[in-house]
Amino acid sequence: MNQRFKIGDAVVVRDAHAKGHVRAPTYLRGKRGRILRDFGAWPNPEKLAYGKPGWPLTTNYWVQFRMDEIWAGKGNYGPNDTITAEIYEHWLEPDTGAAQ
Amino acid sequence: MSMHGSRPEHGQQHHDDDHDHDHDHDHPHAHDERSFQPDIKEPSEEWEFLEIALRELLIEKGIVTAREIQDMLEEWDGKCPENGARIVARAWTEPAFKKRLLADGNKAVGEMGFEVPGLKLVVLENTPEVHHMIVCTLCSCYPRPILGLPPLWYKSKEYRSRAVREPRAVLAEFGTTVPMGKEIRVVDSTADCRFLVLPERPAGTKGWSAEKLAQLVTRDSMIGTAVALKADGARAG
Repeated sequence: MNQRFKIGDAVVVRDAHAKGHVRAPTYLRGKRGRILRDFGAWPNPEKLAYGKPGWPLTTNYWVQFRMDEIWAGKGNYGPNDTITAEIYEHWLEPDTGAAQ
Repeated sequence: MSMHGSRPEHGQQHHDDDHDHDHDHDHPHAHDERSFQPDIKEPSEEWEFLEIALRELLIEKGIVTAREIQDMLEEWDGKCPENGARIVARAWTEPAFKKRLLADGNKAVGEMGFEVPGLKLVVLENTPEVHHMIVCTLCSCYPRPILGLPPLWYKSKEYRSRAVREPRAVLAEFGTTVPMGKEIRVVDSTADCRFLVLPERPAGTKGWSAEKLAQLVTRDSMIGTAVALKADGARAG
């Protein structure tokens, strides 16, 4: 399967407002992160949830975000703390503005 | 009643335990009446009635038997953090196993007879640089086939919302302090992986057997809300 992203790539979670059973948490939408791992291709759970077979398969990426990117200082975390989440490929866009 | 578990020997004593009043009794009650804890709640929600209806229909139509349902419940109740502790302790004592465990969790735990069907078991190693802490903000994803059912707090909206935003405050409430410079990596379990934390091996345990080490591996240390116990069995801050 042709994967769109590779480890280390800078990505943005799509800031979409899809209804129903979606797996990209709202608090991460529009946030910038980096691909940490590739967990392989899976049937799309957002289709499985509605009794469909889940095709085409979608790659599940482990994406890492800096705490400040998400909470902008309004939280209780350290300077090096991060959040990771599993985000499916169709929720990710390349972050063209990121410093390489 | 007091929250501190003072048990009344007879009907009257519990009043004296709670407050030093003079028994002038401006509150109506009978002294000989015993109070009981409420029983398990009767079904009242729609989903509870749906579950009962579905279960009864499946049994009535001969698709499953009542015994099979009970067997399944018993099987799930039998899964417990001690399984995870055995896996962790083996990883601490066998470097080759640890390597396989971190590379392919499903395959490595399969060697020990554990299965995580349909999901990818990802074991995350805590190191002096990184402390992992697992949460499922969307629901309650948890490595159930290994650790059994998650604790109630893991499923609470409070833990799920606060773990990602104020992990250090949450850890403090668990009695866990992670040095400020060390990265806390909050792992939101949002999809097909199930994460198990491999805690750091406690100091002073050189030469210990896997069986002995497993005693130091707590459930919370495999979720990342705590670290493993110290060599003397004391809780580590």
